Amino acid sequence: MNNVCTRRVSLECTRCRMSVHRPGYGALMSEPLLQAANLQCERGERILFRDLSFSILPGTVTRVEGANGTGKTTLLRILAGLNDAWSGELLWRGQSRVIHREEFLRNMLYLGHRPGIKALLTPMENLRALTASRRPVADTVLHQALAGTGLDGFQEVPCRKLSAGQQRRVALARLLIADEPLWLLDEVFTAIDADGVRAIETLLQHRAEEGGAVVVTTHHDLQLPGMQRIVLGGESDDEC
Amino acid sequence: MNAETRPLIKPLSSGVGNMASMKAVFSRDMKVAFRQRQDLLNPLLFFVMVVTLFPLGVSPEVSFLREAGAGILWVAALLSVLLSLDHLFRHDFDDGTLEQLVLQPQPLFLLVLAKTLAHWTLTGLPLVLLAPVLGVMVHLEGNSIAVLCLTLLIGTPVLSLIGSIGAALTLGLRSAGVLLSLLIIPLYIPVLIFGTGTVAAATEGAPVAAYLALLGAFLVLAITLAPFAASAALRISLSNS
Repeated sequence: MNNVCTRRVSLECTRCRMSVHRPGYGALMSEPLLQAANLQCERGERILFRDLSFSILPGTVTRVEGANGTGKTTLLRILAGLNDAWSGELLWRGQSRVIHREEFLRNMLYLGHRPGIKALLTPMENLRALTASRRPVADTVLHQALAGTGLDGFQEVPCRKLSAGQQRRVALARLLIADEPLWLLDEVFTAIDADGVRAIETLLQHRAEEGGAVVVTTHHDLQLPGMQRIVLGGESDDEC
Repeated sequence: MNAETRPLIKPLSSGVGNMASMKAVFSRDMKVAFRQRQDLLNPLLFFVMVVTLFPLGVSPEVSFLREAGAGILWVAALLSVLLSLDHLFRHDFDDGTLEQLVLQPQPLFLLVLAKTLAHWTLTGLPLVLLAPVLGVMVHLEGNSIAVLCLTLLIGTPVLSLIGSIGAALTLGLRSAGVLLSLLIIPLYIPVLIFGTGTVAAATEGAPVAAYLALLGAFLVLAITLAPFAASAALRISLSNS
């Protein structure tokens, strides 16, 4: 147990060290990364949500709340561009996401409910494959990132031999090396133990302080200072 | 905390090249496949089995086999490619890798092309390499065997490419297997006709250049169009899931 705790601490430290080394970047970005206006989504006969308007600003954590089946995951998939069944307006830095698709995708990191981890590959191979298309990262950094999520010693073990929580940690290791300004995280706290949950909370807060934007869906009672909330599933939806 | 003192995160402007990420997709698929060798062997075994059973079931006579041999090999190759198509995107869809693939900044059709290429290397290419042995078994002549291998070499990538469209379209469905066959087989028929036609012409000693050119045209058409269709189908399947 003790051992595990020190790993969590190292996660924070990795984060701090990285943020210290990160050079400061000129002007303050205050323009919203994502702007949604009058978003509406139908699934079958049911309207999941409508007239949803919000902005995702750099340096903020946004929590999407709602009971099961109110469309949290759907909203996140819409924001990521995986789901097309919506109407309304959705802008990336004030511009169309379709036209600026490449720029949008390069600056957005989406972690879905299914973590995108191949059970037959080792955590190192998985992480290498996932980062290869975005920003090639040295193996030592990947190794450290995995150690930082509490997977030290498991780097070369096939993922099918890891527990569900450990597999999710492989995906979470991406967050320790991610450069993308916008993170969309679906149920990040699923299958993660209490220490891990605290570490993720700290990570998200650090991220916001660095000027990154995080949108997270969770049933976990996440409380961060200055957190924005999007609540889905009001009474108006029940009538439909 | 003062907002101005934050070490701000800069939007990323430069990315990884298309070739590099295609290579990453290709090598990951190869790695995954070699960790699960029984899946690799399955279509190959099917191919060998069908070709072996024909002489036993119909007739072991040299005259029959020489005439029907090329057709048997082609049909067996076609069916064994069809058998393996369901796996092309299914596992990636189930574990979420496909979502990450679609969200890569590189054009999706290139990544789909890389995946299809990996699929062909793992299923089509072994069939081509096995074909000479089975060709001898069905009493084809040397020249015919060479032409048969050439047609398979040009034809099997077409099968994989066309198949990728069907596999992407039927991804979210429960009874995907049947629908996939129904969708794809009609599109396979021209390839089959020209593939076996080439070998038949070679057996008769007729020139085969025109046939091969037509097969080549199929391949060019499939390479240029199929990845676009498959990537569009993938987006639809993911959007509905």
